[in-house]
Parts: sequence; structure tokens; C-alpha cells
Amino acid sequence: MLNFTIRRLVLAVPTLLFISLVIFLLLELAPGDPMAQVPLTVPPEVKEKMREALGLGQPMHIRFWKWIVQFFWIEPQVLIDHMFGTTFSEGDLRVISWQTRSPVMDIVVQRIPQTLWVVGTAYVVAILIALPIGIYSAYRQYSWFDQMGTFVSMVGFSVPPFFSGVLVIVIFSVQLGWFPSIYDTTHVVNSWDSFVVQLKQMIMPVMVLALQITAQLSRFMRASMLDNLNQDYVRTARAKGLSEYTVVMVHVLRNSMIPVVTVIALGIPAIFGGAIITEQVFKVNGIGQLLIGAIQANDLPMVQTLTFIFAVLIVLFNLIADVLYGILDPRIRYD
Amino acid sequence: MTDTDKSDTLIPDEGLAAASTAVPGAGAMEELATPPRSQWRDVWDQFKTHKGAMVGAILFLFIVAGVYLGPYLWSIDPTQIDIRSRNQGPSWAHPFGTDQLGRDILARMMSGGQTSVSVGITAMLLALFLGSFIGVLAGFFKRLDGPLMRLTDLFLALPLLPLLLVMMLLFREPLSAAFGLERGIFILIVCAIGITSWMPTARIVRGDVLAIKEREFVLAARSIGTSNSQIITRHILPNVLSPIMVSATLGIATAIITESALSFLGLGFPPDFPTWGRLLFDGVDYLQQYPERVFWPGLAISLTVLSVNYLGDGLRDALDPRIRGR
Repeated sequence: MLNFTIRRLVLAVPTLLFISLVIFLLLELAPGDPMAQVPLTVPPEVKEKMREALGLGQPMHIRFWKWIVQFFWIEPQVLIDHMFGTTFSEGDLRVISWQTRSPVMDIVVQRIPQTLWVVGTAYVVAILIALPIGIYSAYRQYSWFDQMGTFVSMVGFSVPPFFSGVLVIVIFSVQLGWFPSIYDTTHVVNSWDSFVVQLKQMIMPVMVLALQITAQLSRFMRASMLDNLNQDYVRTARAKGLSEYTVVMVHVLRNSMIPVVTVIALGIPAIFGGAIITEQVFKVNGIGQLLIGAIQANDLPMVQTLTFIFAVLIVLFNLIADVLYGILDPRIRYD
Repeated sequence: MTDTDKSDTLIPDEGLAAASTAVPGAGAMEELATPPRSQWRDVWDQFKTHKGAMVGAILFLFIVAGVYLGPYLWSIDPTQIDIRSRNQGPSWAHPFGTDQLGRDILARMMSGGQTSVSVGITAMLLALFLGSFIGVLAGFFKRLDGPLMRLTDLFLALPLLPLLLVMMLLFREPLSAAFGLERGIFILIVCAIGITSWMPTARIVRGDVLAIKEREFVLAARSIGTSNSQIITRHILPNVLSPIMVSATLGIATAIITESALSFLGLGFPPDFPTWGRLLFDGVDYLQQYPERVFWPGLAISLTVLSVNYLGDGLRDALDPRIRGR
């Protein structure tokens, strides 16, 4: 198992390098000029100097190598410095955003908590809703509850977040006026009242994100439960005289959770991507909105770093899912 | 029959599908007495019993017909500006009302739907072609299996939505210059969606090809000297048609949603060239005064995707011989 994990970790390195190369090459083709907004009165030689200051003067492979060094070597040092007060990264050049001229990672670190709050809460809420629905609809297959669950999850699949988000804004904040339509990230929770405000502004984005995840997870949970409910060990458990609750909630559930846990792990990076749209709808200033803003402003270092962070998340959680599968299911040990 | 109906999950998953066991046909004895029936007749009979799928199929056909044939009945030009009758509510002259420039929303919905549906279908065809091609190659030729599947894994590890956005940003100008604004962006969106969504199809097709390749009829074909390309086109492809068809329906759904998402983020089609996603995006600005402007395009997207999903669900059941004939 350890062997397998190490092998996968080693394999992840070329994958990530390839992905970073793809992203880099894609952005290399960008027709936009970062100097486009500089006034025309600035003479061309000065512009050339400014380009060089942005690191644009060198050939492609050198810039790619520099970006890799900055991202994988200098940025972790900055993190260590920040945590332990050391001075490893002093004087090193970091990845600089063209929009703000400040290090990209600093801005990303500012934005990540908002995304994590909304996305994380949505994921937890979705899991808490989806698992019972999946279990019960498998246990009572083809009952009205199961049919309803099928329909609701079909709707959850089909209604895109940019529609469901706008719809809940129309209903709950324009018509009913219950919740604010814009997520205020500067809001500080320090009393019960401010906690209620925070709760109110989180309900809509969380529900919109959770609807989609619930739809997928509950179907998966149901299918996994159905696969197990008819197996021999369940009959054995019943024949031993165990209570129905023990049979379903202990024997069947624990076995059905194996694939579901891996799906939960696999879904985490996907919802970071999906959160881009939800963040845009509710004006949450998380990393998704940062990415859209950077794309519109032609801020290539920022786009590159953010896209790569998304890629790292995907590779990392794929790895976690694979390892989890091996740990949870003794039949699969990859050796 | 027994419990073979448990594979009606929406998530294509190799692990679960492998666990469900094939049940030898208990009804084979009665089958012999009746005259032989064609396979597609069986599929159709099974498909008809799935109510959701029938409703979905009819709804999808209705939407497609409405979008393509509707403009012949409702002949108002979607781009005609009538500034004096702007922001009108529903009336007989404009059943869905008019927008901020006095353009008829029903006509815009139809022309937007044409774009959305054509993008969905074309992108699905491209993804399907790529996916089946790579899947068949990887499954059939052992030497290509490793590299092609690694490639698929790499593509699956790419962050798709951010990359799509970046692609839209980068290639919008050159392609619109080369093919004209609308056609250029159409090609760009179709290619972008097609290139980023072939991976699930490739994996499913590869799995099926791997299994079929070992069957006796392929061996028989090979022993009479059939060439590889003929084995693939005559014997393998017809047998992997059902997973391809199922992923085709799901492909339409995801392509329509992706296109609308791009338009919604302002990186899709230009504003004077409506699609459902773009109409939704434009409607958000008038959310407080005219919420119906957001509602109609969103409803159209959701209904189309819902009907296609149900269609795919029924198709999956109908094409699965373990379920069929129950």
C-alpha cells in the first residue's frame, strides 16, 4: 500500500509538469499585450524596458523554467517564512500579478478562505442530505420516495447553477426579501446577530451548490446500496437474526460507503471549478471570481497560477481517492 | 426476473457495473416459441415502457422542432429593434414580451435555441468521434493502450472550466477574423467543448472493446483473414454502439450547459447573437424589474437538459440486454 502510494506520488510529478506546460503554452499563444493600457505617449523604448521588467523579454523555455522555480521553490519558502518567521525567501522574485503588481500567491491566499467557506459548507451540507436520501431510496426501491428522489436528482443535474442561483435570488431576495443577494465577505462574525447575518447570506450560495452535489451523490449512494443489498452476506446477517437496522446501517452501509467515499474525494476539485459560476452569481470574491477577473484583465501570471492550482487539486484528490479506495477495501490492495 | 435492474445509476462507473452480475436468460425457453424479433424492435419496446424516457424524447423533439421550425410560424426578426415598444410585458403581439431595445423575446428565444442546440449537437458529435476513436484504438491495439489511456488521464486531470475560459479568451480574435464573427466563435466553442469532453466516452468504449475483442466471433473473423480495420468497423463498432449512444445523449446535455455557462460568464457568443445562456446573462441586469427575462431562457436550458437526461436514462435501460426482455 505504501509502495503504491509512493508510486502514485512519483507519477503525479510528470502529470503536474505536463499540465503546467499545457497551461503555459496555451497562455503563450495569447494575443493580448500586457502593455496595451500604457498611454501612447510612452516611447517604445520605455515600453520595451517595461516589458522586460515584467519578465517578457526572454525566450519561452527560460520563462517556463523561471515560473516553475518561482512556483515550486520560492513560494513554499515564502510560506515557511510566513509560518515560522524565517528568512529563506528574502530577495527572491515571486510570481507577480500584472494587475496589482503584488505577488499572485498573496492575493490567492486572501481569496481562498471565502471560497473554502462557501464550497466547504456546501459540500458538507450536500453529503449530509445526500447520504440518507440515497440509503432510503435504495432500501425502498421504486417507492414514491425513490421516484421522487430520482426526479429531484434529475432536476438537480439539469438545472445549471447560473439558472438556479438567479432563480433563488429572484424568489428569496427580490420577491420575499429574506436573504441578501450579494455575499458580503467583509462581514465579521462577533456576536449572535452577526452570526445570523452570516448564516443568511450563506444559505443561498450553499443551497445552489449543494443541490448539484446532492443530486450526484444520492444517486451514487443509491446505486451502491442496491449493489450490496442483494448480496449473500446480507442474507446471512438477516438469517443470524440481526435487527433490520443493524443489517442496513451497519453491514450494508459500511460496504456501500467504500465507493461513495472515493466519489466524495473525487468530487472536491470538481466543485471548486463549479463554484466559479456560483461565485459569479452571488458576487463571492473567492478564487473563482479572481480567475474570471484575471481572464478579463489579461493578467496571465494570475490565470496561469490559478489554473495550475485547480490542476493540483484535481491530481491531489485523485490520488487521495485511489489511496482511500485501497485502504477501505481490503480486496483492492494494488500490490 | 431477478435484480438486474440495479444498474440504473446516472454515474458511469466501472466499479459498480463490474459488480453486477449477468443473469442467464430464464425466459429463453419461451423466446424460442415466438418468431425471431429484430434487436431494434426489442430496444424500442423496452424504451416505450420507460415513461420518463418517452416524455423526455417527446419534449426534446418538441423543443428542437420549436426552435428550428418556430421561426417559420413566428416571423418577427430577432434582431429587429423597436425602441418604442421596449420592455413590454406579455401580450398577443409579443407573447414573452420585449427586451430593453424592443426586440421580441420569443423570436430571440427561438434563434438562441437554434444556436444552443446546434452547439450542443455538434460538440457532442465531435466529442463522440474523438472518444470512440481513441477508445477503439486503445482497446484494440495493445501497444497504444498505455499511452492513450495515460493521455486520457492527463486530460481528465486538466481543470476544464478554467481552461475553456482561457481558450475562449485566447482564440476568440483570430478565429473570428478567419471565419467571421459568428461562425468563428461557433467553431471555437464547438472545438473547445469537444476537445475537453471526450474522455468519459473513450474510457467506456475502451472497456467494451477490450471485452469484445476476446469474443469468439472476432476470433472467427480474424481466422478467415479479415483485416484489422474491417474487424473494427464490421464487428467491434456495432457492438459498442449502445454505450456510445448513451454517452451521446449525456454529451448533448453537458455541451449545452457548458456553452450556456461560457455565455453566462460573458465569454461565449457576442451580445447581438443570442443563445440561451447569453439571454440569461443579459436578463440578469434587469432581474429586479423583469425577472421573466431570466426565467424563460433558464427554463429552456433546464428543460432541454432534463429531457435529454431522461432520454439517456431510458436509452441506457433499453440498450442493456440484461434489463431488456424482463
